[in-house]
Amino acid sequence: MNQRNILAAAFLTIVAVFLMFSALFMHPFGEPTSQAMDQYIIDNTVGETGANNGVTSVVFDYRGFDTLGEATVLFTAVASVVMLFRRLKK
Amino acid sequence: MIANIPYLTVAGLIIIGLYTLLFKKNLIKMVIGITILQSGVNLFLITLGYRMGSVAPIFTGNADNPVMSYPVPQALTLTSIVIGVAVLALMLSLVIHIYRHHGSLHVSKLGGDDQ
Amino acid sequence: MKGMSTIVKTIANIGFPIITIYGLYVIAHGHLTPGGGFQGGAIVASGLALLAVAHGTSWVESKVKEHDLSMLESLGALGFIGLAFLGLLMGGAFFSNFLVDTSMLFGAIPVDGAANINTGGTLPLMNFAVGLKVIAGLFAIVLVMAIATNKEED
Repeated sequence: MNQRNILAAAFLTIVAVFLMFSALFMHPFGEPTSQAMDQYIIDNTVGETGANNGVTSVVFDYRGFDTLGEATVLFTAVASVVMLFRRLKK
Repeated sequence: MIANIPYLTVAGLIIIGLYTLLFKKNLIKMVIGITILQSGVNLFLITLGYRMGSVAPIFTGNADNPVMSYPVPQALTLTSIVIGVAVLALMLSLVIHIYRHHGSLHVSKLGGDDQ
Repeated sequence: MKGMSTIVKTIANIGFPIITIYGLYVIAHGHLTPGGGFQGGAIVASGLALLAVAHGTSWVESKVKEHDLSMLESLGALGFIGLAFLGLLMGGAFFSNFLVDTSMLFGAIPVDGAANINTGGTLPLMNFAVGLKVIAGLFAIVLVMAIATNKEED
């Protein structure tokens, strides 16, 4: 048990140092690196999809497949929870 | 370097979540740790899409081309949040079942044989 | 679980319609203002959960069955996928926005660089489908968990 704690502490320290250094040396906050795709979506959202909300147009139009997978995950989770508790109710 | 405070916050959230996962023995506390870790990842995604001085990517029709933050990371964060809710519900129902079966939430009292 | 006191029940009865209207507003304006199907669905499900907390789960159980909630959720998912396949049939690609720039419902062309309530093509319809799915799904989770954990306490 004690050995496990030492191992966990070492692992946590390594991960923490790695995360802190990568947070300090990332590109500056507020200047994203890639521009083209998002700029295209910002420029063409109103004309192509007729929606003011750029996020909604991405969720349901430009990247509909992601939302399909998300809906599948939500459906599966709800079905799993209902199934897990249905057996107990009898 | 001082402008990297959002990234440092992300690192702090992820470290808190990992600490909770590694050192806490209560299953509910471990679920809370997973949720904190998830918040860190969501904050990281949102942070990646922010441009300095930008507004939310919603057109109002009367502003002349303001600088807008990028919509794709926000949309993917929305996906991530909904998946997080689904996974949280599933985890909590499994924890309820574990408590009914073993009468305890302490991880080392669950095995039965080796403890 | 028994319901809470009369004060809590009254406040919940007053607050529930307001919360529901606000959530439906967020869903219906999902393509115009911040929000959308998921967020508005979460708001409406919170209002339903407030009712379940205030009046007790047995009261809610007598009004709505979890089977109906599962059916509503499946209806929302079917509407969403059906709209996506309609895009494949009518627009040529999966998830293509076949209603925009037509004279049909939600198909008006945005003027002055800003959309209105009747633009957006399939986006408002998908918002409604996903909103229905999220309302039914989240409330089914809350209701099933509450019923199952209360059976044990009795």
